[in-house]
Amino acid sequence: MPDLLNEIVHKYNYWLYIILMMIGLYAMISKNNLIKKLVGMNIFQTAIILFFISIGYKEDATIPIIVSGHGGDAAHQAIQAANYINPLPHVLMLTAIVVSVATLGVALALVVMIYQRYQTLEEDEIRMRVKQL
Amino acid sequence: MNANYPALIVLSPLLAAFLVAALDWVDRRWCYPVALIGLGGAVYSSGHLFFQVMRSGTIAYQLGGWPPPMGIELRIDFLNVLLLILVSLVALVNMVASKKSIHQEMPIKEGTFCTIYLLFVTGLLGVLVTGDLFNLYVLLEITSLASYALLAMGNPDRAPLASLNYVYLGVIGASFYLLGVGYLYIMTGSLNMLDVASLLPQISGSTAVSVAFIFCLVGVWIKMGLFPLHTWLPNAYSYAPVAANRVIAPLMTKVMVYVMIRLMLTVFGFHYVFEQLDVQNWIVGLGSVAIIAGALMALAQTDLKKMLAYIIVCEIGYMVGGAWVGNVQGMVGAVLHIINDGLMTFALFLVLGNIVYVQGKTKISELDGIFASMPWTMAGFVLAGLSIIGVPPTCGFFSKWYLLLGGIQAGAWFFVIALVFSSLISAILVFRVVETAFFSSAQEVHGHHGGHAGHVAILQEAPITMLASLGIVGIGLIAVGIWSGSIVQQVILPFVQQGMS
Amino acid sequence: MDPIVSLRPLFAVLVSMLVIPILLSSGKRPNVRESWTFAAGFIKFGLVVSMLPAVLQGREFVYTLATPFPGVPIQLQVDPLGMLFALVASFLWIFTSMYSIGYMRGLDEHGQTRFSAFFALALSSTIGVAFSANLFTLYLFYEILSLATYPLVTHHQDQEARISGRKYLTFILGTSVGLVLPAMMVCYHLAGTLDFSPAGILAGQAPTPVLVTLFFLFVFGFAKAGIMPFHSWLPAAMVAPTPVSALLHAVAVVKVGVFSIVRVSTGIFGVDLLKNLSIGPVLATVASVTIVLGSLIALSQDELKRRLAFSTISQLSYIILGIALLSPKGMLGGIIHIAMHAFGKITLFFCAGAIMVATGKKYVSQLSGLGRTMPVTFFAFFIGALSVIGLPPTGGFYSKWNLLVGTVESDQLIFMGVLLISSFLNAVYFLPIVFKGFFVPGPKNAQGKGGIQEAPLFCLVPLVVTALVSVLLFFNPDVFTNLTHLALGQ
Repeated sequence: MPDLLNEIVHKYNYWLYIILMMIGLYAMISKNNLIKKLVGMNIFQTAIILFFISIGYKEDATIPIIVSGHGGDAAHQAIQAANYINPLPHVLMLTAIVVSVATLGVALALVVMIYQRYQTLEEDEIRMRVKQL
Repeated sequence: MNANYPALIVLSPLLAAFLVAALDWVDRRWCYPVALIGLGGAVYSSGHLFFQVMRSGTIAYQLGGWPPPMGIELRIDFLNVLLLILVSLVALVNMVASKKSIHQEMPIKEGTFCTIYLLFVTGLLGVLVTGDLFNLYVLLEITSLASYALLAMGNPDRAPLASLNYVYLGVIGASFYLLGVGYLYIMTGSLNMLDVASLLPQISGSTAVSVAFIFCLVGVWIKMGLFPLHTWLPNAYSYAPVAANRVIAPLMTKVMVYVMIRLMLTVFGFHYVFEQLDVQNWIVGLGSVAIIAGALMALAQTDLKKMLAYIIVCEIGYMVGGAWVGNVQGMVGAVLHIINDGLMTFALFLVLGNIVYVQGKTKISELDGIFASMPWTMAGFVLAGLSIIGVPPTCGFFSKWYLLLGGIQAGAWFFVIALVFSSLISAILVFRVVETAFFSSAQEVHGHHGGHAGHVAILQEAPITMLASLGIVGIGLIAVGIWSGSIVQQVILPFVQQGMS
Repeated sequence: MDPIVSLRPLFAVLVSMLVIPILLSSGKRPNVRESWTFAAGFIKFGLVVSMLPAVLQGREFVYTLATPFPGVPIQLQVDPLGMLFALVASFLWIFTSMYSIGYMRGLDEHGQTRFSAFFALALSSTIGVAFSANLFTLYLFYEILSLATYPLVTHHQDQEARISGRKYLTFILGTSVGLVLPAMMVCYHLAGTLDFSPAGILAGQAPTPVLVTLFFLFVFGFAKAGIMPFHSWLPAAMVAPTPVSALLHAVAVVKVGVFSIVRVSTGIFGVDLLKNLSIGPVLATVASVTIVLGSLIALSQDELKRRLAFSTISQLSYIILGIALLSPKGMLGGIIHIAMHAFGKITLFFCAGAIMVATGKKYVSQLSGLGRTMPVTFFAFFIGALSVIGLPPTGGFYSKWNLLVGTVESDQLIFMGVLLISSFLNAVYFLPIVFKGFFVPGPKNAQGKGGIQEAPLFCLVPLVVTALVSVLLFFNPDVFTNLTHLALGQ
């Protein structure tokens, strides 16, 4: 038991992202309102983004901006990688956030089109109206 | 200039997209020609790359001169060079064939359509050339976003909803892939495909790597529409506008199969995937189930568009089964089938587009007598249908041959039976349409022996551009079939043998 | 001897295919169209005959088109067996073209351009099958033939044609894709090649049950041979216009089926392997069932074309029986029957069509007294019937005699009984037609004009020619005998 607790505490970022992902997935699948589904989708994607960022973290490390001075001479000094958290996941996730936002935009545009056509955002009502066509 | 073709092939449609978007404000009539030029640039680059690869082997291109693993690398090798030609050619021919369709279905949105179309092609070509895992994700999402938008431009009642459902599943798929890449990054510290491949053998026993593989695999499966993760496919493809359908249906799912094979052979490696994981029997079984399910569901359809969509589901099963059978023949069959199926599906959708343009209806029962009014289109349909059934000398037969051989060699009898079964069902599907089209409706003057000379049918064919495109693709079907020997020997086999040694 | 590499086999196959665009574009000028069909026919026959002397000396012509798979080229090879089949098919095409002019114009049929185009394609594929050097090429042309004949069978485009067309495709495409294709793949997997070799390629490659199953997959898979139970497509295909029935279903399509089985037996399996596997008696029994049942059902058919169809089903299995006997004379008889039956049966079909064109009658019961008004036709019918029954002085006697000797040679006298019973049944369902035609007076209010009222000339000439050839073959079957001896390596 203490072993399991240890596990959870040490790897809490993994557990967190899994829980967030599941919440997002649940919302996407079971919610009736289209906007809520989109929110779920966004939560799902954000969970993954958070996970990625979290893996760049190092203990006792600071943000990835070189500490001593700025300009030419600072860049030429040897840099201890262990003092800075990994910037690569952050950079990657910037791209992923952009993708996520773009997807959200497209999805919202689709929802607007659906709303203009069917005057409702509830999925079961939309299905009913589609059947009546 | 010579060395920059790998970048050019992606940049050409991308720049054209921006140009078209700008020109949309100025004068809409410029949009279409500029789009053609952009796609033409891609075709030219792909041809050039093909000759380069055949001469000197794999091309490794560093974007911006940054060396991997920090920089993004583009790699053109035997596997993707043929697909580059396929994608760019199909995109170009489709654009040529779709001019009138676009005018008919969405006249005001022509500029927008061209822009998004070009972005879609950019994404596809990017997915094919990239050698970086995260870059693949980004380009994958570019492709998917463009396809969501394109698919939603169709039938205003149902297309947005179908596209939205596709969005959900597409996002899940891409996110799974991203997760898999994340795990790989944690374990190896690198995102470059070859780099990861060299680092993996040392850590191949870890669970994280297997989970990474499974996440990537499931993500790609969702995107390619493998049964039972295919549910987005029929609806999304049925309500889309013809011009969009014709480019998305043949290409998108096939490029996803390419991604799967790339992951299997280049990143994770043959030994890991087949020997350590030992899941291939299950996956071949899944592929066989996909084949049978796709075939049966296609049989149940009364609408030609939906029927074609389910045929795609069936074909994906071929490729997944063939790739996972585990021997050279099966893999060769799967890769050859990517090309063949791209061509066949494109031909079928061209036919569908012609029928929609001329007649506007796609229910099979309403197609009676169109053999007489649209003989060239139906000839194309027969040719494409023969390829789906697997009748020589069309290309479909040859990839089926390799797949069958691979299945027999590996003793995967369920797969072999599924292949034969689906060929028979395809025969029923194709000839059901051919029969309806060949015979006029029952209300016609019933033919008695002789004296039938009065049955005049009005020739009501599709415009020349559409017919010419169909003709080119039809000839391509036979040409690729007859030359599949050289294609396999010189291009596919070296790659597969190297990957599976 | 080294095979001769030459383009002649390729041209022999392609000449009718190349004519198709011209045919399609001359739809408005029927005479131009027909003359091109004739030209193609003569050229094709000429090419085939030009290769005959060399083949008779034991040499072979070879041409490779492409190699899609390692070890499996698309290759044409003119050897004695193929030459026999090609001679028959190309010769008869010329006369069928002549006949179809008379028939189609006589009945004012629609879609004649489409008809001639697909006819030409069907002929190309038939010659392609004849000249195939390996199983893959044979399969290729076999499938093209199936597809090319569909528009011909369903030519009338009415409900009946639709149902028959569906039956046709289901049986023929279903068996070739479902049975032949997997069998072919397994062959390739076992032997690494699909070339037809004198001793076969499968000896010792797999355990006996596998090889036996494989063999029967082929036998039933080539449903064009009309072996029961995959025979129903043949009577159904009789809805087609008679020229189609005549050439394709009495000569080309069905002979392609039987030819393919003969090729597989001699070239893929080999006579010795078949003897070792003891397949002979089993195959002979299967063939005998079809022979007897086919004849019995023929008795019950009143529609003339259907009666002829069932007779064909029965006669085709003679060829299979000949092969199954695995004895020199038996195999000789079987293979020669390909030619003899072709000439005899096509005469019968030509006559049936001539009767249709001249009088509009299709049923046997209506044919009384027609011999008076159509003596030439009925006499030719008599000759054709004699050939099919196997009586002198027609060629059919020659093949049947060899078959009977073959049963004695291989000590399987029960099959002699089968052959004799079948001959008797043939006589019972053919000769009364002739008898009634000549000796029974027709209905009272029939053609009161009296005198002779034959079918058009274009129909008459072919049937006279084929009847004459049937008789000629009795006196001089050497061409075919020599080819067969060479083919069997005797």
